[in-house]
Amino acid sequence: MEVILETKHLSHVYSTGTPFERAALVDVDFTAYRGEYLGIIGHTGSGKSTLIQHLNGLLQPTGGQVLFDGKDIWESKERTRQTRFHVGLVFQYPEYQLFEETVYKDISFGPRNMGLDEGEVDRRVREAAQFVGLTEQQLQGSPFELSGGQKRRVAIAGVIAMEPEVLILDEPTAGLDPVGVEQILANIHDYHAAHNATIILVSHSMEEVARTVDRLVVVNDGRIPFSGVPREVFRHGEELERMGLGVPQMTRVFHRLKAMGLDIDPSVYTIAQARQAVLDYRARKGAR
Amino acid sequence: MALKDITLGQYFPGNTIFHRMDPRTKILLTVAYIAALFLCINVPAYLLAIAVLAGAVAVSKVGVKAIVRGMRPVLVIVVITGVLNLFYTPGQEIWRLGFLRITVEGIWSAVFMILRIMLLITCTFLLTYTTSPILLTDGLEKLLSPLKAIRVPVHELAMMMSIALRFIPTLIEETDKIMSAQKARGADFESGNLVQRARALVPLLVPLFISAFRRADELAVAMECRCYHGGEGRTRLRQLRFQSFDVLALVLAALLIAAVVLLGRLPLLP
Ligand SMILES: Nc1ncnc2c1ncn2[C@@H]1O[C@H](COP(=O)(O)OP(=O)(O)O)[C@@H](O)[C@H]1O
Ligand SMILES: [Mg+2]
Repeated sequence: MEVILETKHLSHVYSTGTPFERAALVDVDFTAYRGEYLGIIGHTGSGKSTLIQHLNGLLQPTGGQVLFDGKDIWESKERTRQTRFHVGLVFQYPEYQLFEETVYKDISFGPRNMGLDEGEVDRRVREAAQFVGLTEQQLQGSPFELSGGQKRRVAIAGVIAMEPEVLILDEPTAGLDPVGVEQILANIHDYHAAHNATIILVSHSMEEVARTVDRLVVVNDGRIPFSGVPREVFRHGEELERMGLGVPQMTRVFHRLKAMGLDIDPSVYTIAQARQAVLDYRARKGAR
Repeated sequence: MALKDITLGQYFPGNTIFHRMDPRTKILLTVAYIAALFLCINVPAYLLAIAVLAGAVAVSKVGVKAIVRGMRPVLVIVVITGVLNLFYTPGQEIWRLGFLRITVEGIWSAVFMILRIMLLITCTFLLTYTTSPILLTDGLEKLLSPLKAIRVPVHELAMMMSIALRFIPTLIEETDKIMSAQKARGADFESGNLVQRARALVPLLVPLFISAFRRADELAVAMECRCYHGGEGRTRLRQLRFQSFDVLALVLAALLIAAVVLLGRLPLLP
């Protein structure tokens, strides 16, 4: 697999030299591969937002490096700015950044800043609107008349319209109802499939990331204690509990079964995997 | 982030005797010290004033570095005042170049003036560094409460001040966040001519105003839900109470003023 984004010994200290000084990241080595769907998970205050704001050059490291396509993104001013177009970042509660008179104009803000011509801007705005399920009528209306969930999808479309190779979303489903959550996750999935883009989804809900991602990175107290495919990560059930993260309910049930003495694989997290694990267990038992 | 580094209110949390002192005492001490400064007219008086303030800074554990850093923005004023006093004080001439001349009196008055400004700034820093904005407002409200008799809305003014102080960090944080979000969409706040820069602020200011209004609205509703109806008959969670060391501090302040006046009568130069 080809590396697209990478941090080397990345450290970040906020408010250096004041009584409020705080090390939010400590010597972090993080890697994202091209085309993967990556989840970043961690407790509130663990440093997730700080980490991702380094990935597109919004925060400058106080130590270490951030590499995009193998080159340091702080090499030159121009490179930092270009990185922002290749690595799209959707902030937490992005609906508070809307400012234009119409939804259409707001979505076109990013593409216009990239200096694209009118035709290309129009194509991208319409395509992005389609990804998040906005109608033509809504495009011409004011973003401030939409519901919370719709506003959020407009904001996400605003970043998707820049067609970034890496799309990072900071807790995109926070504060939404279950239907809204499903819609957003589906929109992100569609963008991933259509552009073969790298997706980095930040969350503090294990249930949510477990269902969607290929690989998981756990952030705790400014460090990355482990990463890997979800099943691998879920083997560290106890440590995750101690970090206040927990594992999906399904995994918890199987951990409990294992603790009761059953010889069963405890790293499952979907219904299909659970079914398979139970079947395997029965087959083994029957054979004996 | 550059915006974050503006520490408004400048409060440095701590647990020294200065931090624990009643805010009213600290405000009165500051006023007394400023009064004493203006009564200083000779070297011994200034030496006493410097010694007292140095002692206070040491006790407060604020640190000389923080004070020097705070002094930087007013450095220009200090220098200009010094230069003006140096050249424009009439008296016994010791050096002359064209219309510029320096007198003995000029040197003394420049030195005194610079000292006076620096001491004045340091002592007000000491107040704001060791008192949280909320306590400062509480103290001011209590001290000014006699003005209610002549219908000055002291409580309302203090409430407005507390709310403003409470929301400054919130709004700075919000500004930071919106700026980052728009930068992520390629907004550029740092280059271009004046018109371009002003236009670049629209994506920042519109969301900021919307959120400020939303917050104001929510706060008003929350206050009403808790039956806020102005200062009439309102009691406080944090009662301000004078303690023995507050009284001691005020007595010391009175002694400082007396000492400065007495030192001013000594027949010493100048
Ligand atoms: N702008 C900032 N200034 C100072 N400290 C900050 C700032 N942003 C975050 N922090 C601190 O850094 C730590 C990590 O924060 P953050 O990256 O936002 O965590 P998360 O997104 O995982 O909740 C927290 O302890 C937080 O208080
Ligand atoms: Mg966060």
